[in-house]
Amino acid sequence: MGIPRTGRRIPRPLAPMLAAALFALTACGGGSSPATGGSAAPAEKIKLTVGLFGDFGFKPLYEEFRKTHPNIEIEERQAAYADHHTNLAAHLATGAGAADVEGIEVGFVSQFTAQPDRFQDLRQYGLDKRQGDYLDWKWQQGVAPNGAVVGLGTDIGGLAMCYRTDLFKKAGLPTGRDEVSALWPTWDGYIETGKKFSAASPAGTKFFDSPGEIMRAIIAQAPVGVYDAQDKVVVATNPDVKRAWDLSVRMIQEGLSAKIGAWTPEWNTGFAKGSFATIICPAWMTAYIQDQAKNAAGKWDIATVPGGAGNAGGTHLTVPKQSKHPKEAAELVDFLTSADSQAAVFKAIGNFPSIPALYDQPDIRDFTKDFFNGAPVGKIYSDAAKNLKPQHLGPKEGDVRTAIGNGLGRVEQGKQAPEQAWAQVLKDVENVG
Amino acid sequence: MPVAHRAPKPESPPRARPAAPSSPWRHRLDRTVSPYAYVAPFFLLFAAFGVFPLIYTAWVSLHDWNLLSSANPFVGLDNYGRLFSDGYFWNAAFNTLSIGVLSAVPQLALALVLAHLLNRPLRAQTLFRITLLLPNVTSVVAVVVIFSQLFGRDFGLVNALLDLVGIDRVYWQADVASSHVAIAIMIMWRWTGYNALIYLAAMQAVPREIYEAATIDGASAARQLWSVTIPMIRPTVIFTVIVTTIGSMQIIAEPLLFGAQVSNGAATTGGTDRQFQTLALYLYEKGFRSFEFGYASAAAWVMFLLVVVVVGFNYLLVRRMRGGLDV
Repeated sequence: MGIPRTGRRIPRPLAPMLAAALFALTACGGGSSPATGGSAAPAEKIKLTVGLFGDFGFKPLYEEFRKTHPNIEIEERQAAYADHHTNLAAHLATGAGAADVEGIEVGFVSQFTAQPDRFQDLRQYGLDKRQGDYLDWKWQQGVAPNGAVVGLGTDIGGLAMCYRTDLFKKAGLPTGRDEVSALWPTWDGYIETGKKFSAASPAGTKFFDSPGEIMRAIIAQAPVGVYDAQDKVVVATNPDVKRAWDLSVRMIQEGLSAKIGAWTPEWNTGFAKGSFATIICPAWMTAYIQDQAKNAAGKWDIATVPGGAGNAGGTHLTVPKQSKHPKEAAELVDFLTSADSQAAVFKAIGNFPSIPALYDQPDIRDFTKDFFNGAPVGKIYSDAAKNLKPQHLGPKEGDVRTAIGNGLGRVEQGKQAPEQAWAQVLKDVENVG
Repeated sequence: MPVAHRAPKPESPPRARPAAPSSPWRHRLDRTVSPYAYVAPFFLLFAAFGVFPLIYTAWVSLHDWNLLSSANPFVGLDNYGRLFSDGYFWNAAFNTLSIGVLSAVPQLALALVLAHLLNRPLRAQTLFRITLLLPNVTSVVAVVVIFSQLFGRDFGLVNALLDLVGIDRVYWQADVASSHVAIAIMIMWRWTGYNALIYLAAMQAVPREIYEAATIDGASAARQLWSVTIPMIRPTVIFTVIVTTIGSMQIIAEPLLFGAQVSNGAATTGGTDRQFQTLALYLYEKGFRSFEFGYASAAAWVMFLLVVVVVGFNYLLVRRMRGGLDV
């Protein structure tokens, strides 16, 4: 027959097995082969990957970094918020696939710092020297229970309240940011303003998007949130959490909510259509609004947040243990979180620095943003950051928040009475803890 | 095989076989072992990607296994005990069955009718067949995103139409029934055509003479479908029922993306009140959102057993289903 034999010296029964083995080898090889080798020679070409959720404004900084590290090539991967953290967990668990530098948001950070042996201890690379630069609470959020430095902070989410001046005007409310701030020193004032707004607002416009992020903010303003310092869930016993819940429920009952959940496609549509007049505005939110409501330049402005300072959000940069170039990755983390880099990111996209020395620097303090009607974002967020009381975050912060958020969602959808929804929240939270 | 009988050469040319024909044990080995060796790649891959994960999952399910932690204490059957008293697990099981029935039954019935309509001389037959398969080659994400917009509360087309005819708008994600219907429709959209094609292929193997005889006997088209076609293609019907059942027990992308329209949290919990959280989504929530891998593995095993039970039940049901003609 004309079928040619290919495996010349291999006995026939073994050929297919060998083929399978080869296949298996090549299939696995992609993940584990030391593609670029060790970091012995400094001039060796190295590729670092950076895994983030959304745009952090790092692109120009990579170019800057390459000026001092010409041998390093940097590739950034972006995923959606929830997917990013889920994938990171899977990559850490399987020991392959994680980027050399991974961003972790504050809602997940305690879950990851609880497992320090999955990450490089950045003290090995001398980054504990950076502790003095940081707001102390921000530094501590990146430190594991055993003292290992897992992540260095990028930004913080000091709170403010963004509002649409055009919609406020139509509803007969004042539009200047100081007058608007004076309307709502407290959340009760915010609700009262909302009622006035609803009475005279244009059709199809509500006072705010949905109560989920607002409730998160009210909880963030309290000295203790959903966890106490001993990592015990205190949702059931902390009166501040119940107060935040009750306020949020009142906002729903007054009909102030557009019932559009944060981070949904309808939310993005809502920005473009102007479906809501106010939104809780941690510093990083300004970047998002600018991106989503492109047609609304100059219509947004920023007032102070009701109820005092608090933090919502913010990120740390970590180096997973599996990184093949931990030294270079740590250098990159050091560079991306440096005072100069944080200042550059703030000016470019709006994420606010976690390094207090910057707050009194004139170029930060006097920074304004045209998109927000020339609002002095530097001053607003510096003040917010200075007045901020740190809050301890527990290991399952995200799960607890989901349970509470779903409870509010049930009230909003009219599925449950508030008491019934709260009872179910407490039951769900108990199962989380 | 003439090659095997060629005389051996000391310097083997490219195509010559080096083994000497005077080695009978090698020949015997070839005869007895080769067939197994040739099928071995599949079984090796199946062992690596099928059997091993199955057994490993069982092992993990006996531990308090955090996805990230390195210390995972053995806890015996604790995870299973917790699971059986976990209301949310059974809620997910109910949702899975409900969405499964709501999508599978109309889907297969519609596929049968479609195939029956196409099983006759038609112009542009290939075009129709390709059209049937089109929804299936579309990515599930694209389908769900589009459908979620159609079912949108404020700006959705479905609600706009309901408004037009004077029916109240529906918040599709809020209620159990409405969310199950919406998800079932997404599944039907993707899979009806696929099943119709399979039925069509089976129907074309049914001898024409039977239909001719039936026509002469005065049987209508509907009667022919029920009394001739279905009994003749019963093995295919059984196959599609089993495959569809297995598929509908594993639904995850549809509820996940549908819930993402409500909020980030409601995506993994399948609605604010877990209205449409399926078993696979529950498993995902436990394993990849809460990182409780041991518990999620226990859920996976119970889910596997549930799939076996449901498939077995459906198999018996369809096998007992008899049309007019006994095959």
